Amino acid sequence: MHALLTSLMPLRLAVFIECVIVGVCLLLMYAVIAVVMIFMERKVCAAFQCRLGPVRVGFWGLLQVPADVLKMLTKEIITIRRSDRFLYNLAPYIVILASVLAFACLPVNKGLEVLDFNVGVFFLMAASSIGVVGILLAGWSSNNKYSLIGAMRSGAQMISYELSIGLSILTIIVLTDTMQFSEIVARQADGWFLFKGHVPALVAFVIYLIAGNAEVNRGPFDLPEAESELTAGYHTEYSGMHFGLFYVAEFVNLFIVAGVAATIFLGGWMPLHIAGWEGFNTVMDYIPGFVWFFGKAFFVVGLLMWIKWTFPRLRIDQILTLEWKYLVPIGLANLLLMVIVVVFKLHF
Amino acid sequence: MSYGDFNDNEYIERMIAELRDGGTNVLVGCLDELIEWGRSNSLWPLTFATSCCGIEFMAVGAARYDFARFGFEVARASPRQADFIMVAGTITHKMAPVLKRLYDQMADPKYVIAVGGCAVSGGPFKRSYHVVDGVDKVLPVDVYIPGCPPRPEAMLYGLMQLQRKVKVQRFFGGVNCQIGEEEYEELLRRDLTAEKNDLNVEGEEKHE
Amino acid sequence: MWKEKRSMNSNLIDKITAWEPRAVWTEGGDGMFTVPADGFHDLAGRLLSEGFDFLRSLTGMDWGEAGFGVVYHLEATATGENVVLRTLTEEREHPVLPSVCDLWKAAELNEREVFDYFGVRFLNHPDMRRLFLRDDWVGYPLRKDYDPAQNPLRMSNEVSKDSSPTYELQSDGSYIRKRNVLFEEDEYVINIGPQHPATHGVLRFRVSLEGEIIKKLDPHCGYIHRGIEKMCEELTYPQTLALTDRLDYLGATQNRHALCMCIEKGLGVEVSERVQYIRTIMDELQRIDSHLLFFACLCMDMGALTAFFYGFRDREKVLDILEQTTGGRLIQTYNTIGGVQADIHPDFVRKTKEFIAYMRPKLREYHEVFTGNVIAQERLKGTGVLTREDAISFGATGGTGRAAGWACDVRKRHPYAVYGKVDFEEVLFTEGDCFARYMVRMKEIEQSMNIIEQLIDNIPEGEYQLKMKPVIRIPEGSYYAAVEGSRGEFGVFLESRGDKSPYRMKFRSTGLPLVACLETIARGTKIADLIAIGGTLDYVVPDIDR
Repeated sequence: MHALLTSLMPLRLAVFIECVIVGVCLLLMYAVIAVVMIFMERKVCAAFQCRLGPVRVGFWGLLQVPADVLKMLTKEIITIRRSDRFLYNLAPYIVILASVLAFACLPVNKGLEVLDFNVGVFFLMAASSIGVVGILLAGWSSNNKYSLIGAMRSGAQMISYELSIGLSILTIIVLTDTMQFSEIVARQADGWFLFKGHVPALVAFVIYLIAGNAEVNRGPFDLPEAESELTAGYHTEYSGMHFGLFYVAEFVNLFIVAGVAATIFLGGWMPLHIAGWEGFNTVMDYIPGFVWFFGKAFFVVGLLMWIKWTFPRLRIDQILTLEWKYLVPIGLANLLLMVIVVVFKLHF
Repeated sequence: MSYGDFNDNEYIERMIAELRDGGTNVLVGCLDELIEWGRSNSLWPLTFATSCCGIEFMAVGAARYDFARFGFEVARASPRQADFIMVAGTITHKMAPVLKRLYDQMADPKYVIAVGGCAVSGGPFKRSYHVVDGVDKVLPVDVYIPGCPPRPEAMLYGLMQLQRKVKVQRFFGGVNCQIGEEEYEELLRRDLTAEKNDLNVEGEEKHE
Repeated sequence: MWKEKRSMNSNLIDKITAWEPRAVWTEGGDGMFTVPADGFHDLAGRLLSEGFDFLRSLTGMDWGEAGFGVVYHLEATATGENVVLRTLTEEREHPVLPSVCDLWKAAELNEREVFDYFGVRFLNHPDMRRLFLRDDWVGYPLRKDYDPAQNPLRMSNEVSKDSSPTYELQSDGSYIRKRNVLFEEDEYVINIGPQHPATHGVLRFRVSLEGEIIKKLDPHCGYIHRGIEKMCEELTYPQTLALTDRLDYLGATQNRHALCMCIEKGLGVEVSERVQYIRTIMDELQRIDSHLLFFACLCMDMGALTAFFYGFRDREKVLDILEQTTGGRLIQTYNTIGGVQADIHPDFVRKTKEFIAYMRPKLREYHEVFTGNVIAQERLKGTGVLTREDAISFGATGGTGRAAGWACDVRKRHPYAVYGKVDFEEVLFTEGDCFARYMVRMKEIEQSMNIIEQLIDNIPEGEYQLKMKPVIRIPEGSYYAAVEGSRGEFGVFLESRGDKSPYRMKFRSTGLPLVACLETIARGTKIADLIAIGGTLDYVVPDIDR
């Protein structure tokens, strides 16, 4: 395709058109993932709660989320008096931008990744933490006390938990000695890091799940929007599609966290390979990579949803205690352990 | 529920006839239908309840009756994000301005359902000195659900009636009409002055 | 049972007349002392030091020509003695009475209520604002000469004031109005409610915060004040019954039971054994229903949404049983004066037994899902402690009082219906924190099931309804009857002048003391704790506002 385009037009234009195509595809996929995630959330929580969930709109309720999207798009966007209008309107876009950037990093299949360069992990972490700026802006510019409290909570929480995410990912990077996502996946050809790195990798995985859950503000860490405390937290004053953007970003962020977990710990699109079992490995290779990736990612998503719908919410001081007194020290010790494991070649 | 099972079809049909009076553009009409289909299937309630009916409203959301089946799932606590308000319970004189304010805070299109005798007409408290006899004195009501409190089935029926009503509305043509900036300022100024004038709070002072 | 209480009173009569010679004992109903206003505060202090530490009920009255007054129901928690006092002032323009809120904290909100209803100002009360009505309300609605046309519906937004008036007595007998600052100008005050998912209705708090920590809390009631007490004065006795169900709708049967008991007491009617059994079983089913809802809502407030659905799922089973017999799901309108509306359904006994067999394992499931959860324990344990002394002083009965170690169960203190005959344990904790309040209610579900099990097979044969005249006249006098509602002592105070409708009907709200003690409990905790505290106090707002 590249060749076709370059034969028709100058190189720059071709590259530009390619970029646009990739971008559109990315956004489409983003939207599809969002719809799938929202639908999954509804069905999963309904199953936990002895309910049916949406069943009336379309077969098995499949058209429920498209209906929601249509409604959101046509709903009035309220402008708040005495709010900082520019920042107020900017905030949801920052949140969604951060989410899309992080989403672009995920390697879905072999060679199917939008952004892939040698400090990919680094970029992902940097991009995803822009989101907190959007949330803080949303809380501040709304001129609403609930929003402000929600934003402050979210600031404290997300910045703290970034540390744990960093530490747990760093633990794996010690093992892989690369920060490029495609490389990380490629090195798991003979076994996933979750199994290869034994104890420290397992600990890092658990820490990552906890911190990742906190990072996307989902229960039991949903303090920033804590419905029963702050009505809707930082997005209390947002209506229509602006609220929709926050809503969508929350779900896709959950997918991103799960996707990163799948990539780093569970081998990404790499099929399940067990060293020595050649026959088994070839059979596994017949299943396409993106099936593996989505399978693993949605498995992690399911895990996080299970946690969300079961656990009560933490309190702000408990959240910070959990992070600074438990997760960070454990993460640091774990990193050290991993270094020892790698240096003495104790891993598989 | 099949069409014949609703008991007030004439009313809806008359409404459709009125709305479709003069015909519709094919393209716009189709778009309209699509949008209203989306809206009617994604009505999010505001978590609002004042008394007994509120508990039944919660029961409608809970496992046995489960209004999530119809798309009423996401009860929003912030009025900005809700589509309709279930006035479940008595509205008192003290609550009425608050309710009005909540309604004003909601984003268009918004709907109101009066649930239970109290919200419909004042119910058993009609003669009280502090009860608004009927929420339609304060807000425009779309659907009335009588009962004290109405059974969850009745509430679901009422909710489906609202869906039907939304379905025949038209997006292009008035529902989303917003007021202009000047008109808005004028309304706000009137509100603020009314607030100042009406509060004759420091009536009596020191007396021997 | 009623006679016994009066004989206890007669011992007290001599004591009280010795302390305050001007106090006059009047028979009629329960009987009460009339104490002149200027000597009342001293006598009240004397009684408090004698052990009368529980102010059961405080009722404002308009006696027309005789003036405005207040009726106090006191109880000594140690001995179980009861005494009824009243004080009054003849002044109708600017009635003033001494405040007792320095003696019993329960008086604070109750005196505000009296001010709101009758315009009686209480001297030295720190916060003489209206409790239920708007600040710009004209007149006092429960006065007999109140004209409702004075107050059309006002749609202007109410402005909350940051200070409250207080009245102090001067040495020359006059009194001055002072200003009591509630919130300073630079405090970060946030408004919670009336539309807020965690206030269980339309209660409103103004909370002053320092970061996330609550510095001060100011509750605002009245958003669902329907003036039921005033309405009762125009209705006949059987008609008043319909309104009680709508007070605390999670204790509908119990509320109605209390009113029926009070009217039956006034009439001197004794209901049949069968009715007593049915009423007891119904009360306990209602209690299970209410506590299941408590569990569900607490879990929802704390963010554990799935547990909410579990609670509601099982609550539906109770409602099925209730509905089959009474025809109502939430509001049963079942008790009537002299009996119950209809006999129990033929399937009632079987279904109830099935339900109990079903519920026991479910309770274990609840404990697995929520009680045992680390986060739930961390959130609930040690937060929102209410001491026993405070609980008594505020009159915070029910699960809240028992979690603080105060044995305040009316079923044990003043056994009614068949509670004297059944064997059940009064669940007591000593911690007084949220977790204790939670556990009390979970354990009470078990106790309620025990009670039902003891009774369900032994319901005696007999009439389910006595023959009553359509118009009932209760002999002159005042009567008080109380039941253990789902969330505390629910009392009915009735003053009759021999007419077909009551002269004054007052319902002792179970929720108002809980709101009163909220400030004490919540100060210094975090916003998230306020939600947990509100959830475990388990108030129902229409019951607070009446």
